[in-house]
Amino acid sequence: MSAVTWNHKDLLGIQDLSPEEINFLLDTAAAFKQVGERTIKKVPSLRGKTMVNLFIEPSTRTRTSFELAAKRLSADVINITASASSIAKGETLKDTALNLQALNADIIVIRHSAAGAPHFLARLLKAGIVNAGDGAHEHPTQALLDALTIREKKGRINGLKVTILGDILYSRVARSNIWLLTKLGANVTLAGPSTLVPRAFEQFGCRVTYDIEEAIHEADVINLLRIQHERQRQTMFPSIGEYTAMFGLNKERFARTKPDALIMHPGPINRGVEIDSEIADSSRSVILEQVTNGLAVRMAVLFLCSGGRFSAEGTE
Amino acid sequence: MAHEIVENNPDPGSLAFIGIHTHGVPMAKRLSAKVSAILKKEFPVGELDISMHRDDLDLREIPPKVGPSQIGFDVTGKSIVLVDDVLFTGRTIRAAMDEISDFGRPRQIQLAILIDRGHRELPIRPDYVGKSVPTALSERVRVGLVEIDGRDEVMIER
Amino acid sequence: MSSLLIQNGRVIDPANGVDEVRDISVVDGKIAAVAASGAETIDAKGKIVTPGLIDMHVHLREPGRSDKETIETGTRCAARGGFTSVVCMPNTTPAADNTGTIAFIKQRANQVACVNVFPTGAITKELKGEELAPIGSLKSAGVVAITDDGHCVQNNDLMRRAVEYAKMFALPVLDHCQDYHLVADGVMNEGYWSAALGLGGWPAIGEDVIVARNILIAELTDWHVHCQHVSSARSVRLIREAKRRGVKISGEATPHHFTLTDEAVKSYDTNFKMNPPLRSERDRQTLLEGLADGTIEVVASDHAPHCSYEKEVEFDFAPFGVIGLETELALSLDLVRQRLLELPQLIEKFTTNPARLLRLNKGTLSLGADADITIIDPEHAWTYDVNETASRSRNSPFHGRKFYGKAIVTITGGEVAWRET
Repeated sequence: MSAVTWNHKDLLGIQDLSPEEINFLLDTAAAFKQVGERTIKKVPSLRGKTMVNLFIEPSTRTRTSFELAAKRLSADVINITASASSIAKGETLKDTALNLQALNADIIVIRHSAAGAPHFLARLLKAGIVNAGDGAHEHPTQALLDALTIREKKGRINGLKVTILGDILYSRVARSNIWLLTKLGANVTLAGPSTLVPRAFEQFGCRVTYDIEEAIHEADVINLLRIQHERQRQTMFPSIGEYTAMFGLNKERFARTKPDALIMHPGPINRGVEIDSEIADSSRSVILEQVTNGLAVRMAVLFLCSGGRFSAEGTE
Repeated sequence: MAHEIVENNPDPGSLAFIGIHTHGVPMAKRLSAKVSAILKKEFPVGELDISMHRDDLDLREIPPKVGPSQIGFDVTGKSIVLVDDVLFTGRTIRAAMDEISDFGRPRQIQLAILIDRGHRELPIRPDYVGKSVPTALSERVRVGLVEIDGRDEVMIER
Repeated sequence: MSSLLIQNGRVIDPANGVDEVRDISVVDGKIAAVAASGAETIDAKGKIVTPGLIDMHVHLREPGRSDKETIETGTRCAARGGFTSVVCMPNTTPAADNTGTIAFIKQRANQVACVNVFPTGAITKELKGEELAPIGSLKSAGVVAITDDGHCVQNNDLMRRAVEYAKMFALPVLDHCQDYHLVADGVMNEGYWSAALGLGGWPAIGEDVIVARNILIAELTDWHVHCQHVSSARSVRLIREAKRRGVKISGEATPHHFTLTDEAVKSYDTNFKMNPPLRSERDRQTLLEGLADGTIEVVASDHAPHCSYEKEVEFDFAPFGVIGLETELALSLDLVRQRLLELPQLIEKFTTNPARLLRLNKGTLSLGADADITIIDPEHAWTYDVNETASRSRNSPFHGRKFYGKAIVTITGGEVAWRET
């Protein structure tokens, strides 16, 4: 067993993790997945700990996934959303966070529309900070659950051809996946409209193409992204109709993919836009497994970020 | 030890073995095989990783490596023989019993240990002991098994 | 009468072509040939003595935001940094687009400033970029230049008319070069790091496009446009080419732009958020080349104080700007240490060049000139602690940085404005 496998109090992004740490996280998640299969779906690991879901940017799915993960670890959970009165009254993030610290929160899971918000909290607070999505920067647990799913279905990540399709520029899911997959040795192809998939991303070790047919033809895994309307600053393409026609995964394109290629999507899916309804429900789609794995990954992350005594500085 | 287990379990229909990761697992398999040879019956064997149930998570510098627990049978109503290599403070056994309760309600739990090194911190006592070896707190007892370490041996490190 | 004698220093006075060890005498606030008897002596052995340094890009925030900075605290920063003259920007509240505000600034400076304050006036009313401000009246009120700094006139025709009009009053036009549409709501330089950090990017062409239009307007009107805080490689090249053709264009660089790059933003620390943003290493190198070959003739701080509570927020929401008066000289001396510039060349960028551009009667140690003098110890090792700053604000990217070189005496009008203890 290697000496140090996890010594971070926070999970701010995949960028900061080594391949060994990522694999350690995935192995831990696989163990926690089994808890969901027991009669009593609970372990006492985080008993007496307080976890706060600080969702400044709303999300029901990710929030409930983290909440359930914490509860299965026997932690106490508080949910704070943006519409909560003090934030609406203009309380700054700093004050909200210091208030939480005064309540001795052990872990804070934060989702925010501003990139770097989790880093801001990690500098400020003693609590463990878990990034549930910060602007267009990172969504580390999403990339981890995607990786767990790929590993389960394909047995490995190294050497696989993974295509990420859609709005890359504004997508934190894309970025986290790019870091994780390249660190674990996958061949990553990015595809979509040129305004949303800038060539600059080739600097991250990916291939960029605007030819969707070519992008998906040889892929072992196809990860479809949603158009991030709420994050786009100006119109990056003419219309949804044009996007669907040029880049949507429809029956014809699907027929030209490899017979064992996995179809993934972080959700929520726009049926009929980035993916045809039937394809989303087909046996090649692992979208629901991603959800199950999301729970396991989040249990592992909460377990690792709150267990153990850490030095006062913590780590970035 | 296998004979003792047979003697103490006149109704072997509900017998099952659960080994505690890591070395308890091959031991449980061996014990189960030996009992099977005597009674001419197969018995289910499960594996338990107690990391999620530890009571010292807050005190550790780094989190433990967590593995999955695989209990492929229903524990409710069974006479479980819990198997581990070394019995020391008893906290591992406490965690294991807690975890087994999460899977169901056994009829009874018996404890089979290869080496009892003393220094209990909780009221836990083994039902079947391979050997009692008095040790000093500063010493470390390590058990080697062919399945994991290549040889069967017990080492006491000072 | 009061008198000073500064002895044995290496005097660098580019205006008079002087670079040698000699004494400087001051009598009644002017440079004199000899000191009066009983003069206070300052031993400048091993030190460098220059004309008082000029920073032509400073935000004093008064009137309107004295919570961030005041004329008093801002000028104290200047003195601590070795600067005897500052040129303050018009984006105050109310804006310096009227003679009343200029009068206020000058009066306040007379009362509390420990160094010279030269106000600039706005190009357009309320810096909105729609109607010209009363430029003639502003000149009478005493502005040394006009600028919409903080903002940028987007309407090219309006900018052309402004430059033509300013020419009548011999007022140089200073421009903060930014195309609003190209930069949109970006918060850092567009490049590898903006893509990796998921922050909105600000392409360099957002600056270049306006530098280009300024060059064309300067050429057409045959009048002076000065590009403030140049940060992009392409802008440096455009200015170099235009100067070669004799266009009245000039450029200025800030120490943070020639020292840091956009990689610094990876910590999401808002002390690295400013406008224009920190750019790539290639931009930084080209900027250094521009400083070395004279394309960029001025160094200025763009000292932009913001309250801590305003900066201690998410990166997207923080205001742009960092303070810089107290670290400016040390960062610039670093360039001499790295042999990118000769010391007299550097001093020019703080003295003769800004004085010439703004037609200030400053920046020399000629006989009879105002006794604005800076004494620098080039070997002085020190660590910048932002908590010791004279500024009301703490937004510096250089807190904790070790420096070599500091102004140890700052003299304005023959009076010691600040001395290192």
